[in-house]
Amino acid sequence: MSATQQSVQEHIPLRHPRLPRWAPVLVGVASLALSGILSLALGWHVVPWVIVALLLYVLILPGWSRVVENPRAAKDRLMTSLVWASLGIALVPLVSLLYKVVAKGLPQIDGNFMTYSMRNIVGPGGGVYHAIIGTLLITLAATIVSVPIGLLTSIYLVEYGSRSRIASWIRFLVDVMTGIPSIVAGLFAYALFVLITGTEGIHLGFGGSIALSLLMVPIVVRSAEEMLKLVPGDLREASYALGVPKWLTIVRVVLPTALPGIVTGVTLAIARVIGETAPLLIIAGFTDSVNTNLFGNAPMETLPVFIYYSYTQPGVDASVGQNYAWGAALVLIVIVMVLNVGARLLGRLFSPKSGH
Amino acid sequence: MAKSIDVSDLNIYYGDFLAVEGVNMTIPARSVTALIGPSGCGKSTFLRSLNRMHEVIPGARVEGKVVVDGQSMYDPAVDPVEVRRQIGMVFQRPNPFPTMSIRDNVLAGLRLNNKKLKKADADDVVERSLQGANLWNEVKDRLGKPGMGLSGGQQQRLCIARAIAVQPQVLLMDEPCSALDPISTSAVEDLIHELKTDYTIVIVTHNMQQAARVSEDTAFFNLAGAGKPGRLVEMNPTKKIFSVPDQEATEAYISGRFG
Amino acid sequence: MSTTAPKTRSPRRRLGDLVFSGTTSGAALIILLALAGVAIFLTAKGVPALKATGDDLSGAKNIVSYTAPLVFGTLWAALLALLIATPLSIGVALAVSHYAPRRIATVLGYLIDLLAAVPSVVYGLWGSLFLAPRLVPSYSWLGDHAHWLPLFSDNSSATGRTIFTAAIVLAIMVLPIITAISREIFAQTPRLNEEAALALGATRWEMVRLSVFPYARSGIVSAVMLGLGRAMGETMAVAMVLSASGVVTFDLNSSTNPSTIAANIALKFADATGLRVNALIFTGLVLFVITFVVNFIARAIVSRADRRLAA
Repeated sequence: MSATQQSVQEHIPLRHPRLPRWAPVLVGVASLALSGILSLALGWHVVPWVIVALLLYVLILPGWSRVVENPRAAKDRLMTSLVWASLGIALVPLVSLLYKVVAKGLPQIDGNFMTYSMRNIVGPGGGVYHAIIGTLLITLAATIVSVPIGLLTSIYLVEYGSRSRIASWIRFLVDVMTGIPSIVAGLFAYALFVLITGTEGIHLGFGGSIALSLLMVPIVVRSAEEMLKLVPGDLREASYALGVPKWLTIVRVVLPTALPGIVTGVTLAIARVIGETAPLLIIAGFTDSVNTNLFGNAPMETLPVFIYYSYTQPGVDASVGQNYAWGAALVLIVIVMVLNVGARLLGRLFSPKSGH
Repeated sequence: MAKSIDVSDLNIYYGDFLAVEGVNMTIPARSVTALIGPSGCGKSTFLRSLNRMHEVIPGARVEGKVVVDGQSMYDPAVDPVEVRRQIGMVFQRPNPFPTMSIRDNVLAGLRLNNKKLKKADADDVVERSLQGANLWNEVKDRLGKPGMGLSGGQQQRLCIARAIAVQPQVLLMDEPCSALDPISTSAVEDLIHELKTDYTIVIVTHNMQQAARVSEDTAFFNLAGAGKPGRLVEMNPTKKIFSVPDQEATEAYISGRFG
Repeated sequence: MSTTAPKTRSPRRRLGDLVFSGTTSGAALIILLALAGVAIFLTAKGVPALKATGDDLSGAKNIVSYTAPLVFGTLWAALLALLIATPLSIGVALAVSHYAPRRIATVLGYLIDLLAAVPSVVYGLWGSLFLAPRLVPSYSWLGDHAHWLPLFSDNSSATGRTIFTAAIVLAIMVLPIITAISREIFAQTPRLNEEAALALGATRWEMVRLSVFPYARSGIVSAVMLGLGRAMGETMAVAMVLSASGVVTFDLNSSTNPSTIAANIALKFADATGLRVNALIFTGLVLFVITFVVNFIARAIVSRADRRLAA
């Protein structure tokens, strides 16, 4: 300590040698170039080139900083590089996956692919019409089941039970339910309908809807609950002051105010479950034909299951089936993205209520 | 270890918004300088520009010169981290690190620079800093307990101990008593009196009596008008400001006619 | 009933309130019944598997020795996935909450959310047709040069569809979950604490270590546990990527790999009959119990942390 004590009496330089502002850029370019030379020499692909460049960057910049600046600055630069690198690494699969799906899927998409089923198709031809119909019907039924239950439960949690012990337990269990594996939801629906109908090996579309509902309800509850909580208490009290009963206040005042947010939440929940595969594989099954009867004991095809079977049972020429899988994957991703973007647009359009 | 600060032509911005305009002042060493003025006049902003804490806010920047010990603090070769190490700060609300013990709070700044602090040296620093902050007798038996367990006034003195543990040249205080009760306030004011023999202290305060009690010099900041930037109206010895200020606006503020 | 509603009400209006509040609590009850139903129905259809033997269990002696290797595979794959995903997620969350300028941060957050929106079957497709073949050279290099390490086998996979490839895909899938929760908690760090660190002369990283991490510790733990739950329950990506043979091994690059409960069900359910179905449902019950416990603990940590912050 005595050394420090003496030194503070003297002039303490604030100015330390620092790396120039453009140092990270310079090191970045240098790392890419160095790794590029290695790639050319050794005939690497893009991925090893980028990985080696990243490693070089993470070594060189902190190293340089350690020599010129000080160990603390070097560590700071190291961690900053690692933080950005992890972001980059996380985005690589997203870009690669989207690129792959579009590049492989787009050539498949045509009028034929979208409007024909696979009935009696051997080899090329056919399409995903039956799977789109199945996906839409099953998801629609799941929405019809989940939204009332989810919405009413969230009303209970916010308006009636808000601070009771039961409500906080329900809230907690709903959170835990968001973690139920989708395949377990499928097994649940299967066991349920086998016990109801007594038919072992049952396949039906509505069973898929029940399985999806089990996954969807918790999402709807939590998002609707958030939205209801955002409705200001004054609004409710103003309504009570006019002598409007509580239930009418909820129906006429609270719900309309929260509606845009609730719609956004429901749309996001649909987007979340429409790509589910495992439960449908178990209870909705697999078929080549169009089936519009949700309640009959007959399999109903869906897009995710179509993708799965096109991949696992591609037929004589494996590439044909795989191409179908990519095409259907593109259709599915577009549906999911449209729902996601739509939900966010909806949310943004209606969210600043005070702005109107 | 105390140093004076020279500020010349300082403009402080939040993005495109000019918050404080054209400040020139010399803050003397080993003395307490109070910054007073109505809310929103930019006194806290100005204080934060004295240790480069201002730029922590996205988009915030500064034009002009702040010179400490002959070194321009906004020189591109200067590391803001080093500036903050030399110029300590105490905030409006006490902010000890919530998961750390009292002892670890005091040592937090030191440990950044010196990983292998010997236990004996560390004990020394803890005792010296806590005594410097008039807190030692109250906490010496529970140094291992969390800092959050102390009362508000004790927490604020712990924050002062944490700031002086790294032996800064200047101590900036941003309304350090505004969240404290009168007894704690008086404890902190006593402490400021003692600290000024070793440190250059700049304190922002809303409380004019406090400025009169603790400071040697007082700087009065005011807004030139609604939506206009804040500026330094006058800086004079505290005695003069509170008896015969140069400016009419100062007189009006001090006599309670506005602000 | 609420305390805000005035006490003087006509009986007719009272009736409306009673019906409505009854309906809403009925809906809440349905959810609890559904949760109980999952446990009850899976038990009802799973218990018969206790008397299954040999033929119905792919040669395993009894249901326990059938389930155990699957439990091992489930845990091992999830653990590997978390080892990859946790540091990345924390880095990404920090980038969004503390490193990126605000405008860029919003876009980045949205991109990470997109990762969560991609259906698992598409991950499976990408993992098996694109990622796996590209990993074959690395696996065979490891098999040739590092097989003396306990994690690598000299019998390296020719397709690249190993447990490690599956773990990579799982890691990508749980990353958005861990990131979203960590990001939210990082962003809640009180500004006051961050400034306390900076004013002491901390660098940005030291600020993160001094004020962000201690504050977020329990949040990160629960985020990772939620990720664990998701990774253990994820089905399609593993079913499509992994070339499983049901062995118990720690080898990362081998052509023989352990299977997971979820993937095993997905692969075998369609062709299963009789007791085989019961056996699969039994493993599903085991999966449900494990994930329920993990999620339960994770949520308990979150809600305890929330209460502490609210105080």
